[in-house]
Amino acid sequence: MKTEISLTVNGEELHAFVEPRLSLADFLRDSLRLTGTHLGCEMGACGACLVLLTGTPVHACLVLAVQAAGQDVETIEGLSERGAIGDLQKSFYERNALQCGYCTSGMIVSAHALLAENMTPARADIRDALSGNYCRCTGYEAIVDAIETTAVRRKSQVEAAE
Amino acid sequence: MKPPAFDYLRAESIAGALSAFQEKDGDAVYLAGGHSVVPSLNLRLQAPSSLIDISAIDTLSGISRHDGWLRIGAMTRHVDVLKNPEIGKHAPLFQAAAPHVAHPAIRNRGTIGGSLSLADPASEFPAVALALRAEMEVVNPQGLRRVPADDFFIDIFETDMESGEILQAVWIPPVQAGQVHAFDELARRQGDYAMVGVAISGILLAGILSEIRIAFLSVGNKPTRAVAAEAALIGLPVNAAAIAVAQEELEKDLDPPEDPQLPPAARKHMARVLLGRTLTTLGASA
Repeated sequence: MKTEISLTVNGEELHAFVEPRLSLADFLRDSLRLTGTHLGCEMGACGACLVLLTGTPVHACLVLAVQAAGQDVETIEGLSERGAIGDLQKSFYERNALQCGYCTSGMIVSAHALLAENMTPARADIRDALSGNYCRCTGYEAIVDAIETTAVRRKSQVEAAE
Repeated sequence: MKPPAFDYLRAESIAGALSAFQEKDGDAVYLAGGHSVVPSLNLRLQAPSSLIDISAIDTLSGISRHDGWLRIGAMTRHVDVLKNPEIGKHAPLFQAAAPHVAHPAIRNRGTIGGSLSLADPASEFPAVALALRAEMEVVNPQGLRRVPADDFFIDIFETDMESGEILQAVWIPPVQAGQVHAFDELARRQGDYAMVGVAISGILLAGILSEIRIAFLSVGNKPTRAVAAEAALIGLPVNAAAIAVAQEELEKDLDPPEDPQLPPAARKHMARVLLGRTLTTLGASA
């Protein structure tokens, strides 16, 4: 039996009828065609499916769509369109911090959340923030570099503005 | 990896959740943070006909103090255990353990009540609860009962709770003068399940240890007190000589099961090393 839910996705209010067993990730990908949220392990280990639920990163594979009722969901598409991660994307591109790109959405969601909380993370903080994100291509060094570069650039922009 | 179909209902109160469970004749699972339940459904390790969402019930939320005890609502997420100043002040051992619990995004959803009631022998919070002499507030249709951690954890994924009961909160005794703590674990990667971990709470006054509780995780079917090691430390300063004796005594306390990933002898060796490190930290913290 389907359940009616109302929620906000990337700033847009939505109403939908969903099966209780439908994960938020499948709802985003299959019902809304927001395929930037990737599915890897579907058990909360790989971090490819991270989205923001009321501003904090969560695994969309471990949240049921019905549990997201009444809440704000933001995906990699929403972050990208409102310009929140343009500099992160640029640093990832410049530093070659992705090869196949499967993990990248999740990496960027984690990085975005880290930098929102800590403007000057040490490399150890960055690695800790990414501890739940698997990348099987890069060996992580380039990803940590790209996030570190973004943090430094953001800090110098803030200082220049002051 | 899709779970079998189930019904979903959102309980507004404990009474509503308990009666919904009875109506389903027990063929239901309570859903809080969902970070153990949902993977187990995805992997089809269980297939209940209904999920009863208890996350919106207000008696499960909140962190408050009563007669010096700290009450942590079962729905308190790991991230809040990590950051809440009341927990930092009145139950700092939980805060010391929280960074070791999984990864940041998991900590944003997983709950302390879920972790304690699942009773995974590799998880951190059950060992912390045992070291701190915490008490579990369990609710059933007849009312509330409080279960000391020593009686709560029974076996692998098994607690004193009966089918249908709900863990509503965990209570931490008042902090005492000279109370010290330490937590550490050994894992292959940050956030992985610990190969061995230990939570210690003690009372160290004028350089002498008058009380200590040492609770290991990942050494058996449930969080395990190291009573022989504890006894060896009482009445002594926490110095290298006392620590060495406690490490010897630990041999009597631990009997890890056969595990192809980590033979018992290796696990016991790691436990000895970890005990040495955490006791050194404990001794230096007074």
